[in-house]
Amino acid sequence: MEIVCPAGTPAALRTAVKAGAHTIYCGFSDETNARNFPGLNFNRTEMREGVEFAHSHGVKVLVAINTFPRAGDEVIWHNAVADAEAAGVDAVILADPGLLDYATNNHPKLRRHLSVQAAAANADIINFYAQRFGVKRVVLPRVLSVQEIATINAEIEVETEVFVFGGLCVMAEGRCSLSSYVTGKSPNMNGACSPASHVEYHDDNGVLDARLGGYTIHRVEKGEPAPYPTLCKGCFTAGEKQGHLFEDPVSLNAGQLIPQLKKAGVTALKIEGRQRSRSYVAQVVRNFRAAVDALALGQPMPEGMLAKLSEGQATTTGAYKKTWR
Amino acid sequence: MPIPRFPAGPARVLSVLPLAPLSISLTAYSRKVAKNHPGLFRRLGEYSHTRFILDPTDLPFVICLEPNGGVPRVTLMRGRGNGAARIAGPMAALLGLVHGAYDGDALFFSRDLVIEGDTAAALALRNAVDDAELDLAQEFINMSGPFARPLRRLFAYVQHKTGVSLTHSEIAGAW
Repeated sequence: MEIVCPAGTPAALRTAVKAGAHTIYCGFSDETNARNFPGLNFNRTEMREGVEFAHSHGVKVLVAINTFPRAGDEVIWHNAVADAEAAGVDAVILADPGLLDYATNNHPKLRRHLSVQAAAANADIINFYAQRFGVKRVVLPRVLSVQEIATINAEIEVETEVFVFGGLCVMAEGRCSLSSYVTGKSPNMNGACSPASHVEYHDDNGVLDARLGGYTIHRVEKGEPAPYPTLCKGCFTAGEKQGHLFEDPVSLNAGQLIPQLKKAGVTALKIEGRQRSRSYVAQVVRNFRAAVDALALGQPMPEGMLAKLSEGQATTTGAYKKTWR
Repeated sequence: MPIPRFPAGPARVLSVLPLAPLSISLTAYSRKVAKNHPGLFRRLGEYSHTRFILDPTDLPFVICLEPNGGVPRVTLMRGRGNGAARIAGPMAALLGLVHGAYDGDALFFSRDLVIEGDTAAALALRNAVDDAELDLAQEFINMSGPFARPLRRLFAYVQHKTGVSLTHSEIAGAW
């Protein structure tokens, strides 16, 4: 199976290549991708050089252009597609049907993948994207069980890619506007869920408050693991109960499910984390490369040591094994 | 592996050292490093003139870093210092971040690293430094002329004995 690894910077890309990635995904330094964070991503020169480096080691590069173009500013997204093709990337990862249509008509030789941001969660919509826009691979949302993925794969012709590690989003991706209610910025159009410009931390003798857009969204006591400052992982009071009502602050780790995912017809395993360091990239990529190599040899899945890299220092298999509260 | 802490005894010695000469030396050193890594300041973008406070929580001073668009100034000061963004953690954690030995988010999850103030500026600095692949010990060795060889051995010895990352981490291994 193919390991698809994140790279937020050229150094992370080189690290991923060295650590054993089959494929790397990255984005341009602007709002055309869903990890538009300060100090992150690639300018056009860096992208060209990154692709050259990866290709020289037999590694593919995919470019995420997976936010939704603003009316009147479509040219920014059109240029990103053109520049990705000029840089020699192996595919672009798109979400917006209009942009898919543009790429199909203007860059027909550029391979197109459907981003998780398109939230394509059933065979009918995947077949539509494949027939209408020639999409060759779809990144499935993180809301499906392994059985549901198997059912979808039985009814489609295109490849599927699923997340196996990293930040866990249980919302309908590309359609969630939760953080925009307190920040005024849309994760789907500006490219950052809970943008850092609206996040504040206050440490008072070890008690850590996280605020988003001025609202305290969670507080952790001294020594307790800290989560990301996203609203969906905030702590709320409803009725008599206080807790993480939307989602617990944990990360996805489906390493042990890789054999089942292969059986379900999955082509590629995606690691989340373009916003993470090269240290994270190296450790996670090595672990998952070892896992797929073990699978290919018919060996058991190795036990990973990745909990410390996980949000809240805890992991879950997410929706792949559904045990809803 | 727990993050090494600077021993309390030597830290007490540092608390009586005059900081001004150290600040002048560190500023000169940082400007030489800056010349070798112009991309770091380009990546800082709108934060290349932000004042950062780096707070090694096991040392009796904070480090005020002003990138100044590629002509940095480093000032050591007592107390909390005053800057747009504060990044606090054990000195070994801060060095490990620079050298790619640690992941910033993981240190944040484990509460070994605290970020206060302008989160976007702190994030930009972390990402720019991570991409720069700095090797602070090697930069120092390169400036040391005839002392380069003994210094290299000294850094290697201290790193081995203390577990503190003083050089670029070869995280990807041989290939």
